[in-house]
Amino acid sequence: MSTTEAPVPVANPRSSFFLRLPVVSHVRQSVGLQRGMLIMGLVLTAVFLLTALLAPFIAPFGFAQLSDGDGNFPAQQPPGGKHPLGTTVGGYDVLSRVMWGTQTALLVIIIAVVLSIFAGVILGLVSGYIGGWLDRILVVVADAIYAFPSLLLAIVMAIVISGGQSSLFGGVMAAAISITVVFIPQYFRVIRAETIRLKAEPFVESAKVVGASNLRIITRHIYRNATRTLPLIFTLNASEAILTLAALGFLGFGIEPSSASEWGFDLSKALADTTSGIWWTGVFPGLAIVWVVLGLTLVGESINDLNDPRLRGRKRANRKAPAASPAANAAPGPDTESSNP
Amino acid sequence: MTTLIEAPPEDSDGLLPAKKKSSGGGLGQYILIRFLLIFPTILILVTMVFFLMRITGDPITAAMGGRLPPDQLQQRITAAGYDRPILVQYFEYLGQLVTGNFGTTLSDNRKVTEMLGTYGSATLELSINALIVALLVGIPLGMLAAHRRDHVPDAVLRIFAILCYATPVFFAGLLLKLTFSVWLGWLPVAGRAKTSTELALTSLQAPTGIYWLDALRSGNMAALGDVMAHAVLPAVALGLLTAGIFLRLVRTNVIGTLGKDYVEAGRSRGVSEFRLVTKHAYKPALIPIITVMGLQIAVMLGGAVLTEKTFEWKGLGFQLATYLTARDYVAVQGIVVLLAVIVATTNFIVDVVAALIDPRVRY
Repeated sequence: MSTTEAPVPVANPRSSFFLRLPVVSHVRQSVGLQRGMLIMGLVLTAVFLLTALLAPFIAPFGFAQLSDGDGNFPAQQPPGGKHPLGTTVGGYDVLSRVMWGTQTALLVIIIAVVLSIFAGVILGLVSGYIGGWLDRILVVVADAIYAFPSLLLAIVMAIVISGGQSSLFGGVMAAAISITVVFIPQYFRVIRAETIRLKAEPFVESAKVVGASNLRIITRHIYRNATRTLPLIFTLNASEAILTLAALGFLGFGIEPSSASEWGFDLSKALADTTSGIWWTGVFPGLAIVWVVLGLTLVGESINDLNDPRLRGRKRANRKAPAASPAANAAPGPDTESSNP
Repeated sequence: MTTLIEAPPEDSDGLLPAKKKSSGGGLGQYILIRFLLIFPTILILVTMVFFLMRITGDPITAAMGGRLPPDQLQQRITAAGYDRPILVQYFEYLGQLVTGNFGTTLSDNRKVTEMLGTYGSATLELSINALIVALLVGIPLGMLAAHRRDHVPDAVLRIFAILCYATPVFFAGLLLKLTFSVWLGWLPVAGRAKTSTELALTSLQAPTGIYWLDALRSGNMAALGDVMAHAVLPAVALGLLTAGIFLRLVRTNVIGTLGKDYVEAGRSRGVSEFRLVTKHAYKPALIPIITVMGLQIAVMLGGAVLTEKTFEWKGLGFQLATYLTARDYVAVQGIVVLLAVIVATTNFIVDVVAALIDPRVRY
C-alpha cells in the first residue's frame, strides 16, 4: 500500500447524488472490457447476496435435512431428479447446502470486515496522529503479522477461540475473528499512512489554531478524509475472507454440518469421494466459492483500475474535454497486489 | 508515471520505520539494519503464538483431556512443568528456542526439530516446484497480455489471472485430481511417490529429502519418473495461485515500461515489437517481481498447507493438519515458529537482493 492513494473518482459535483455513489460513478466512467468486468462482478455479487437473503425460500431442503416425506435421502446419488445436484455421503442435498452456504459466507464477511475496519481504523488513526514510540511499536507488530502466512494465524486464532469445534454462532465468530486479526494490519497501514499525510495539511493546522482538541481533529477532520479508500479494500478483503473461511473449514476448523452449511467443510468431505469418481459433492461447493470470490474481486479490481489513471481504459483519453474527467488528475492508486491464503 | 517501475509500495511504505530516520547510509548499513529487524519480527510472532496457544489451557489437557484419569493428567502436567507461572514458562521456551530445542510432540512423542527436518524438505520441494510453475506460466503470459493490451488475449488472460486468485488451492487440486487422475488416469492421485520408490530413496546415504534431487544423485531414472509424475498436480495447483499474481504484475509493469522513451526510441530504430516486449521493456519490469516474490513466500506457505492436505503430500502442512486434528499444540507451535523464521529470513534475502539490483530501494 503506498502512502498516496487515489481518491474515489468524483463525478461532476453537480450531478445527482445517485450518480455520485461510488459504484455507480465507476460504472459510468468505465468503458469496454473494464465495464464488462465491473458489470459481470456486480451481477455475480448480486446473485450471491440474493441467494443469501432468499435461501430459506428458494433452497429445496434444509442444510441439515436428511429426509422428507418420502423417507431418507439416498447417499451419494448423482445429480438429477429430486436432487438436482446430487447428495453427499451423509445424505445431504448438495444444492441446498450450496445455497445455505451463502448465508454463512455473508455472515462471516460482514462480521470480519466490520470488526477489522473498526479496529484497524482506530489503531491507524491513533498511531498515525500521535506518532512516537507507540507508532513505532504498532508498525513493527503490524508488519510482523502482515508478513506471516495469514492462514496459519487464522488457524491459531481458531484454536484459541473455539478450540476447533463449533456451533453456528461459535463457528462463524471464530472464523470471523480469526480473519479479523489477519486484516487489521492492512487497514492499519492504509489509514496510518493517510493520517500522517493529512496531519501536515493546512486544514488540520488551522483546526489546531482554532483550538480543536486532538480527539476532535482525529474524529472530525482526519477520519473523514482518511477513510475514502476503504470501499476498495473492503471488496478485496471480503473475497479474502471467503477464501480464509473455506480454508479453515477445509482443514477441519469449520462449522459442524448440522449447525450451518460451509463450503470448505463440504469440500474437505468431498475429497475422499473423488477417487471413486464422485464429482458432484466437491465441484458445486467449490464453484460457489469461485463464484463469490470472482464476483467480489472483479468489482474490487475494476474500482481499483478505474481509480488509477495508469490502468484505466485508454479510450477515455481520446475524449475531448479534460474537465469532464476530474479524476484523471488523481494520484497513482495503490498497487493492490493483495496477498491471499 | 515515472514511479511505475519502482519497487512495489509494500516495501517502501511503513515496513522499516527506523530506517527512514537514518540519514543516507550505504548498502552495508541498510543490510545490517534490515538484518537486525528480523529478530523483533520473529520474537513478536513467537510471543503471540505462545500466549495465544496458552490462553486456552495447557497442551497436555488439550491433547489428552478426557482420555486420562484426572490424577494421571495432573501428574503429567506437573512433570512437564505446565503448572508453573506462564511467564516462567515463556522465558524458558524462549531459552529453549535459542538453543534449538523445540520440545517433544505429544501425540507421537518425537523431537519437534527432527519432525521439522523430515517434513520440511517435502514442503521445500513442493514450494520450489510450484514457484517454477508460477514463473513459467506467469511471466510469458503477462508479457503477452501487455503486448496485446485491450485485445482478446489480454481480456482472456486477465480473467484467467483473477480466476487463479479466486479458486482456492484445494478446489483447484480437487479438479485436477478428478480430471487427470480419476477420469484420464494419466497421473497418480496422491502422495509424493510409490512406496517402492520412497523406500529406495530414503535408504540412500544422506538423503536430502528432496526426492527428485535424491533420484538424480542415485541415477535411479525409474524413481525420477515416478517422483515427477507425483509432483505435477500439486505443483500446478499451488503454482497457479501465484502465477496469476505474477501475470498481473508483469502485465502492469511491462505496459508501464512500454510507454517509456527508450522503448519508443527502439521502436523508431526498427526493433521488432516482439523484441521490444521480451528484451527492452521486460527487464526493468522484473524488479517488482523480486520484491513481490518475498511476499508470495508467505502466501505460498499458507497455500502449501492446503495443497499438502489435498494431495496427501507428507510435508509440514500435512503434518500441521494432522497435529491440529490431534490437538497436539506443541507440534503446531513448533511448525508455526519454523515458518515464521522462514518467512522472516526470505523477506530479508529478498529485500537485500532488491537493494542490490535497485539502488533506489536503499534510500
